[in-house]
Amino acid sequence: MIRGFFILLLFQLVGEALARGLNLPAPGPVIGLALLVVGLAVNRAWRPFDDEQLAKSELGQAANGLLANFSLFFVPAGVGVVQYLGLLQAQGLALAASLVVSTLLTLVVTVGVFVAVKRLIGGRGEA
Amino acid sequence: MTPFRLWVYLQTTPLFWLTTTLAAYMIAETIAYAAPRHPLVNPVAIAVALIGAMLKLTGTDYQTYFNGAQFVHFLLGPATVALAVPLYRNLEAVKRNLLPMTAALLVGAVVAVVSALLVARALGAPRAVLVSLAPKSVTAGVAMAVSETLGGAPPLTAVLVIATGILGAVVVTPLMNALKVTDWAARGFAVGLASHGLGTARAFAVHPVAGVFAGIAMGLNAVVTPAIIPALLPWLTGQ
Repeated sequence: MIRGFFILLLFQLVGEALARGLNLPAPGPVIGLALLVVGLAVNRAWRPFDDEQLAKSELGQAANGLLANFSLFFVPAGVGVVQYLGLLQAQGLALAASLVVSTLLTLVVTVGVFVAVKRLIGGRGEA
Repeated sequence: MTPFRLWVYLQTTPLFWLTTTLAAYMIAETIAYAAPRHPLVNPVAIAVALIGAMLKLTGTDYQTYFNGAQFVHFLLGPATVALAVPLYRNLEAVKRNLLPMTAALLVGAVVAVVSALLVARALGAPRAVLVSLAPKSVTAGVAMAVSETLGGAPPLTAVLVIATGILGAVVVTPLMNALKVTDWAARGFAVGLASHGLGTARAFAVHPVAGVFAGIAMGLNAVVTPAIIPALLPWLTGQ
């Protein structure tokens, strides 16, 4: 468990350091994510493990525990809405309409382009 | 210490608001599980409403609340890194879908920004609000940084980001079913792009492959959207 969290925090730390140090456009945790994928590939080449071993490893369990509760971690920032109740009253309609239209449209267009390009290059329905 | 003084003391401690955050989320999850098909039942929205009501009732300001809740907020970072594990486990599926992902990413990112700003502007939102709105499909930390750089209000951006996340998480399953999209990679990618981490959380709850592609879309969009906003903003805000 500790080892799993240590690995996640270490990669986040390296990601943050690179993001700040090199002025990269991507956020630290996203760079940490990419580095951890590379790290896993390097580690497997050096010391082979199968999918089940990865899932049951300390890293696999820590990752699973965090991802199972991903939604919870958005609650504190979401409560920030209490600071904007006045603005939301004034601009509520514009913002609500904008978010609803934009979210629906983005979902439809993104999934449409994905499926269309996949068909064009001859992929089938399987993931 | 009288009960009242004890309460006054506790109400300002991080421990109290950290505990409250977990309690509110557990209540919200219980409600969400009791009515799983209702479109308005999202645990994050319910938990935010419960905590918001409690802050109002107790007259507590957001900063006091956040001093406690930041320990939960902090876990967003390691949870994002943790997406590497399911991504690695599904690397073959990712390699098979590189081209559809690239096309969907570029088109989807532009549609997300342009459609949001056109609607809000038509309904009279001022420039500062438009700038705060532009990065709403990007994960919270990045969106706040973009908003700050371009003259928006980062805390407002955080609220709009989370509202977008809740919306996407709530509508994605019924919408994709109505469109008869059966490709989990495509469904996951769309919700991760439109609704970042909250969409990704929802995708993982529905199907592991959808979760992986949602996580990838979230990560890629965190790079693409900040890059395109400065180019789109001048003509979308009319200045």
